[in-house]
Amino acid sequence: MMLMRGNAACPGCPIPRELDALLEVTGKNTVLVVPASCTTVIMGDSKGMPSKVPVIHSAFAASAAIASGVKSALDARGEKATVVVWAGDGGTGDIGFASLSGAAERNEDIIYVCYDNEAYMNTGVQRSGLTPYGAWTTTTPSGKRERKKPLPQLVAQHGVPYVATASIAYLFDYQAKIRKAKDITGFRYIHLLSPCPPGWKFDSSLTVQVAKLAVETGIWPLYEIEDGKLRLTSVSKTLLDKANRKPVVEYLKLQGRFANLSDEDVKRIQNDVDEMWEELSKIVS
Amino acid sequence: MQTTYKRSIVTGMVGNHAVAYAVRQAKPQVLAVYPITPQTTMLEKLSEYIDKGQLKARLIRVESEHSALASVYGAALSGARVFTATASQGLLYMTEMIYWAGGQRVPMVAAVATRAIASPWSILDDHQDIMGKRDSIWVQMSAENVQEAYDLTLMAFRISEHENVTLPVMMGFDGFILTHTMERVEVLPDEVVDQFLPERRFNLVDFDDPVGVGSVATPEDYMFYRYEAQRSMERAKRVIEDIGKDYENITGREYGLVECYMCEDADYLVISMGAWSGDARVAAQRERDKGLRAGLLKIRVFRPFPKEKVREYVRRVRGVVVMDRAVSFGSGGVLGIEVKSSSYGLDVPIHNVIGGLGGKDVRPMHIQKVLEDLSQGKLEEERWLL
Ligand code: SF4
Repeated sequence: MMLMRGNAACPGCPIPRELDALLEVTGKNTVLVVPASCTTVIMGDSKGMPSKVPVIHSAFAASAAIASGVKSALDARGEKATVVVWAGDGGTGDIGFASLSGAAERNEDIIYVCYDNEAYMNTGVQRSGLTPYGAWTTTTPSGKRERKKPLPQLVAQHGVPYVATASIAYLFDYQAKIRKAKDITGFRYIHLLSPCPPGWKFDSSLTVQVAKLAVETGIWPLYEIEDGKLRLTSVSKTLLDKANRKPVVEYLKLQGRFANLSDEDVKRIQNDVDEMWEELSKIVS
Repeated sequence: MQTTYKRSIVTGMVGNHAVAYAVRQAKPQVLAVYPITPQTTMLEKLSEYIDKGQLKARLIRVESEHSALASVYGAALSGARVFTATASQGLLYMTEMIYWAGGQRVPMVAAVATRAIASPWSILDDHQDIMGKRDSIWVQMSAENVQEAYDLTLMAFRISEHENVTLPVMMGFDGFILTHTMERVEVLPDEVVDQFLPERRFNLVDFDDPVGVGSVATPEDYMFYRYEAQRSMERAKRVIEDIGKDYENITGREYGLVECYMCEDADYLVISMGAWSGDARVAAQRERDKGLRAGLLKIRVFRPFPKEKVREYVRRVRGVVVMDRAVSFGSGGVLGIEVKSSSYGLDVPIHNVIGGLGGKDVRPMHIQKVLEDLSQGKLEEERWLL
């Protein structure tokens, strides 16, 4: 256990386990760079030390740049270490996008993990660029009208050596990806879909089930892109065949944030998912 | 006063190259700089040093000034000596990280080629950019000429990393006036700099004893951090003077918090900061020649502000004019406010002259006129050289 017990996460929050699973793989010689996000709070105040690795808390927009500096300095010191940015969707895809893109373009030797809870949860569930179509948030009370920003693809377009998606419900897959990323030099990006019980309005006992359904319905495909080549991983490999995918409604109906979707909206979401898989099947075949 | 010291090398350089030269000699391991006028030729020079292997460092070519300061912040926390440089809008764009670095008291050096702030656009000089950072827990210094820009850059590293200080340091020098003007400069041989600048010790990334940096603070902790920052600023005054003496021993050039030119017996004092102190020097001398006992007090270190010294000099004169290139709108000239506050309770009239904003020309004759008006009781409390 690299993350200490008694942290300040909400009940049912997957972040502590996600972070711990990461540190289990990267080990003691890891530096965490954490921009403003739920993890800032989870990590606790200046009196405690919530993890067994050094943590650098970061201004919201700066984490990829700070990590670039940390890694450069460690290199100069001849210290072997893994530098990991651990950031939410806002810090990654919105306010932090410029520094993320800069670091990716420079192919900085860091691992960037985005734990995506699909809204600004730390300030109380406001929409982000990564909030999906139709989702309720406090700033989209009748549901978001725009689509989710396709972040893993955008990062992959930078031509970085490794991009992967992951889910807490498929821990083995997630940790295998971190293990792989750890041994690659250059910019590595892992995008974790991270269900948030209060923000998504589901019972805190259902976190893993919701995470699992995101994958099984095909909404959240698990894949990795290595040197530009996309490869589906884990259960997602079987989902190219539409018959194997559960209907998206099974995922949506568990979450209060989608309670106001019309049948039309659900159809649209299903269509979007089917289209995405059409695209995927062209890429992988 | 410059005297040629036996170990110095005399050469000619523009300010940006002189600062880059000092940075090369300070041997930072990590630099991150984003180009902005009028700093850009410094970045180009540093790139050249690194390309040619004359400086062994990683130069992170970031996508913005915000990331420039963020990168050196991360590197500085992790034990590297670091450097960045900026100006004007770039300094504004860095601002969040400027405060972040100050709040954590991380040793680092930033050169600021001072320049006016938009809007409207101006690429020319004033001090509005750097003065706007006065409350960000950085030591702030200001150079009068290219020689000082070189000297202060070297001293900045030592001040910043000194165990009684551990604060980031900003070295301001006037955009174009110093950055792009070729002047005579005495530079130190590399081995002399090696002796002057000890190896850096500060490092917060330790895998055997990990700490969290910049986490959430309770009100008690937060207030205590700020209190410690203030104390460290106060301690910095002494450290800066000591390091200045050390530097004087090597170079023969005197470096204190302030510099006094004919102010020991002056009746009227000009107080100024930065490049136009040279013009003020000429103005004071010309007025002396005409029989007016004028003097110049140059503020070299703006943060920590040398209140005690300023007060000591102000108390002896009949009138003071503070020359300001930055304004706190709705209040007055920034330096003027500081001088007035330092001189609280003294029975000496302090006038504020604001000029040179956005590169507007100010010459010795303008300062002479101000001095004459001051001595004849004709100077307003605040005058703008429009
Ligand atoms: S708001 Fe959501 S993401 Fe944030 S700590 Fe709570 S459960 Fe976790």
